[in-house]
Amino acid sequence: MAVSIIIRVILYVLLAPVIGGLLEGLDRVISARMQGRQGPPIVQPFYDVYKLLNKQTIVVNSIQVLFIMAYLIFTVFTGALFFGGGDMLLVFFSLSMSEVMLVLAAYSVNGPYSAMGAQRELLQMMCYEPMMLLLAIGFYVAQGSFMVNDLIGATRPAVIALPGMFIGFAFVLIIKLRKSPFDLSTSHHAHQEMVKGLTTDISGRDMGLVELAEWYDTTLMMGIIGMFFVTANPVSYLFAILACAVVFFLITLVDNTHPRVKAMHMFGITWLVVLVCAGTNLLILNLIK
Amino acid sequence: MKLSKSPWILHYDGSSCNGCDIEVLATMMPHYDVERFGVINTGNPKHADILLLTGSINSQTAPVVRQLYRQMPDPKVVVACGICACDGGIFKDCYNVSGGADQVIPVDIYVPGCAVRPEALIEGVKKAVALLDEKRRQEKIAMQQGYCTVDYGRLSVHTTEEDYEEESREASEQPPVPEDEQTDPQEAKEETS
Repeated sequence: MAVSIIIRVILYVLLAPVIGGLLEGLDRVISARMQGRQGPPIVQPFYDVYKLLNKQTIVVNSIQVLFIMAYLIFTVFTGALFFGGGDMLLVFFSLSMSEVMLVLAAYSVNGPYSAMGAQRELLQMMCYEPMMLLLAIGFYVAQGSFMVNDLIGATRPAVIALPGMFIGFAFVLIIKLRKSPFDLSTSHHAHQEMVKGLTTDISGRDMGLVELAEWYDTTLMMGIIGMFFVTANPVSYLFAILACAVVFFLITLVDNTHPRVKAMHMFGITWLVVLVCAGTNLLILNLIK
Repeated sequence: MKLSKSPWILHYDGSSCNGCDIEVLATMMPHYDVERFGVINTGNPKHADILLLTGSINSQTAPVVRQLYRQMPDPKVVVACGICACDGGIFKDCYNVSGGADQVIPVDIYVPGCAVRPEALIEGVKKAVALLDEKRRQEKIAMQQGYCTVDYGRLSVHTTEEDYEEESREASEQPPVPEDEQTDPQEAKEETS
């Protein structure tokens, strides 16, 4: 048991950047095709991070480096907890911790755009955190355990009991993956009113580390999407991968078809979707039990 | 893998008629699609590798251009897009125009044209990324040899021994500046150099 956990964690730590990087590259290619362009090669994100790691790093405040390292470490730790079969609640708490580290890194430089980005990131966290907690509770009510190890050994996929949770989580994933219309704090596109916000004053090697952490994060999020479909039956993993692909494509589509919304607008929409979808789901689940 | 695989661009309009800006943006658009080469328009000097300057430099934009250049991490390349950015163009004789971009920062690639054609711009960016690799190589060698310093006063990176020698030779050739004229050391330095 312990050996299999260690193997899974090591596999995650080694493979997650590759999967995350390829997913980002895929996202850029699909976006380009949607806009009628050829787009960059699929391995472009790896070129970008290689370049960033080789550039001069301008450090505004030396504590920034510590926070960015902490952001990366906490993100990897979160993913390791999840893929190692740990506690769902702990996964989400440690995920918040990693986000807080990035926010602190942005606040520590004391620049106007970084501060704006950090404030907006906190707002975004307020939007998706309730969904994360509801999801952990939902998994517990549906399958009777917080442990990922027990959840993947279920007899029927969680999505049957938690369809509303699935919609709610896919919705807040737009925020988590920093996609338009909810890419308020930092964006991948240069046509927004504030482009880089959170990462304005992060450059060179530090920026490379932030990108790396985002790849780990993307892989983790896809893993959680997969959790809805995984059962003890090995065929279910195929469905999980299929679901990840569909959700990822839909998020890219939304990214390309929707302009950025205002912060309060985002707040309203997300909480409404989360309360209606996930809240109702949880309520009904409790009544049935 | 080379740095030139992912050139991120910062575009700044010195004081152009907007013709070159439109051409720069047209280059980013689907028809020419420079993202094929990994080019991203960053809008943030701290992430940029290549500074695209359009339009001549006047007294209001000179400090901005200087600051943008300083905020970019090394290695970096400056491309002057259009004839105005190269030497001032038709605005050269205006009372407020100090000339091309090379009046305030060191320009590496000049792409002439009025307005600059996207094809020429892509060629310019291609040369710029080749230079980016070369600069990185020089920096690496300089770091191994123990001298790679940035002189923010002169906006230049010293990577070889010749750079230092040239610096000290120029310094010795400079005539002493009278006390009353020494108001702003930054400006005084530019006038002499």
